[in-house]
Amino acid sequence: MNSLIAGVILILCLSSYFFGRSEARKLVTQNIKLKALPAYYGYYLSLWCGLPALIIFGCWSLFEPTIIKVLILNNFPQIESKDLFYEQTLSFFNGNFSGEITNEIKAASIKYSSINIIAQNSKVVIIAAALIGSLTFAYRKIQNNNKARDDVEIILKVLLFTSSLVAILTTVGIIVSLLFESLKFFSTINIFEFIFGTSWSPQRAFVRDASAITPEELLELQDAFGSVPLFAGTAFIALIAMCVAVPIGLFSGIYLAEYASTKVRKYSKPIIEILAGIPTVVYGFFAALTVGPFFRTLGESMGLTVSSESALAAGLIMGVMIIPYISSLSDDVINSVPQSLREGSYAIGATKSETIKKVVIPAALPGIIGSILLAVSRAIGETMIVVMAAGLAANLTINPLESTTTITTQIVMILVGDQEFDSPKTQAAFALGLTLFIATLILNYIALRVVKKYREKYD
Amino acid sequence: MELNNSKIKIQAKNLNVYYGKKQALFNINLDINQKEVTALIGPSGCGKSTFIRCINRMNDVIDICKVEGSVEIDGAEINEKNVDVVTLREKVGMVFQKPNPFPKSIYDNIAYGPIIHGAAENKDQMDNIVETSLKKAALWDEVKDRLNEPGTSLSGGQQQRLCIARALSVNPEVILMDEPCSALDPIATAKIEELIDDLKKSYTIVIVTHSMAQAVRVSQKTGFFHLGKIIEVDSTDKIFKNPANKMTQDYITGRFG
Repeated sequence: MNSLIAGVILILCLSSYFFGRSEARKLVTQNIKLKALPAYYGYYLSLWCGLPALIIFGCWSLFEPTIIKVLILNNFPQIESKDLFYEQTLSFFNGNFSGEITNEIKAASIKYSSINIIAQNSKVVIIAAALIGSLTFAYRKIQNNNKARDDVEIILKVLLFTSSLVAILTTVGIIVSLLFESLKFFSTINIFEFIFGTSWSPQRAFVRDASAITPEELLELQDAFGSVPLFAGTAFIALIAMCVAVPIGLFSGIYLAEYASTKVRKYSKPIIEILAGIPTVVYGFFAALTVGPFFRTLGESMGLTVSSESALAAGLIMGVMIIPYISSLSDDVINSVPQSLREGSYAIGATKSETIKKVVIPAALPGIIGSILLAVSRAIGETMIVVMAAGLAANLTINPLESTTTITTQIVMILVGDQEFDSPKTQAAFALGLTLFIATLILNYIALRVVKKYREKYD
Repeated sequence: MELNNSKIKIQAKNLNVYYGKKQALFNINLDINQKEVTALIGPSGCGKSTFIRCINRMNDVIDICKVEGSVEIDGAEINEKNVDVVTLREKVGMVFQKPNPFPKSIYDNIAYGPIIHGAAENKDQMDNIVETSLKKAALWDEVKDRLNEPGTSLSGGQQQRLCIARALSVNPEVILMDEPCSALDPIATAKIEELIDDLKKSYTIVIVTHSMAQAVRVSQKTGFFHLGKIIEVDSTDKIFKNPANKMTQDYITGRFG
């Protein structure tokens, strides 16, 4: 039914475009000067035909189930578990209910079918009315040779604005939900224990019913959520990754920008950028199945104990993943250093490497730092590689050969499987997410500021 | 030639330059005298800049550029493989069309060349080089109190004089100027011209210019380029008062170009 309505609206839209255009052309043949191209009258009619009907249709489909539910449940005030009852009614109505059929369910189902018919009919009527009304209105406007061009512009502007509004509202929604769940967490667990505690063992909070936690148990739980090992692990792995990615990325960026011939650059840049396109889960099993065991055997042959899930393996592979971010961005930044600076340096007798070292890199430095900061925030937020290759034990260690864990890994561990949503363990994931979000936000902000400052220099 | 007592500093012989398949300079023969200003005039794209970039081998930077023929400075060929461009460019400085100070402090802009060539042994010597260079470029009084500010904070004319000071810092013998005043206002231009007049006492200067008036004001010898060929070279006086070639006549009177 719904798809039929949508189909009809769309077909009407399309045909009203052609109709509007041909009407406008008719006006032209009558020697009336149009204020816009005929196609604009087509768009105008089509938009007027489609938008009001689609908006009503959308809102209706959105709110209809809830309204019907409220209407039906109002008739059965004596029922206790209302949601369950309503679900049973619906499945009985659809003919796939396999439980004990009570009289209430039957009654509700009859009620539902009658309301549903009313709803369907009134929906069709209202949408048809909207279609006819708006079409007539728009058609009159065309006849009066109105400024279709301006109106189409306005409608498009509103459309674009709505799209960006959706993106913004989603962001705000995510932040708010993070914030509220974190606040719930911090109402049970002391925020200072969370930030400064050095022991992370959320499994101690594993209780079936969160409301059953006694105050004594809660007191014991206080030191189970120390996030320092996670932050240390995250920073440590990110550091290893940057140690790999910064030199290789930067040097390849410099090579591509300054030394590579156009031909080499044309082929090698996309190849390096493919690295960024490899799914992180592929990097993850590469790290876990190839690099980790390799380090392990290598370490054993040298008499070292190497955990098969080591920070080194995870950091190394993460570094490889990040190379293209740094190389590609710093290549762009180096390229945007004006050629005149290079010539000035050559003209005074500097060689190519002197010019790069003393003029080009300093001029491009803010941009390069910006690209590195962006890469760091990518490294901190990376999940798959560390989940697979870094291990789960929250060790507070600086030995790269031991296993360690990161914030993202722990969030995954906490939320995998069935979870009680009001247990402090689950809420800890939100608190971790919030801190991670704030950390990357700050890094991104600094990075963007640095890049922006650099831009102003040559404008 | 009127100034027959002057010594030839730079001598270009049968110079041909190609950008890829396109030939930019055809058989250029040009003598440039020591310690005077030689102006190169001609319409855009006629090869003036290409020619002066041959004198310090700046065309090496451009991949597709190929130079044939000979350029001699003090009788020594510079277009040979074993010639060290670093030493050559120490001897032949260059100032560009658009001021291009490095994004460093005023002091570091000047110190850049001497550091590369190892010209100063300690801080005092470097301070000395910076001060003399800035004085020679008539910029010292304007910037002596703010040597640590970025070179880009100066005005356009000051930036261009900073670039001249930068070129002077390594004690060159020749200074090439590629339309040094085209991005400057008349007052800044006047200052630079005054400076050029002063500098010719100690340096050989080759200047590319689009302004006939500037060529008359600053130069002793003028070469007129057209479509990659030298049409006429003579003393500036002769070129502008009584050119031998009809084309030169047309150009300087503004009939084309």
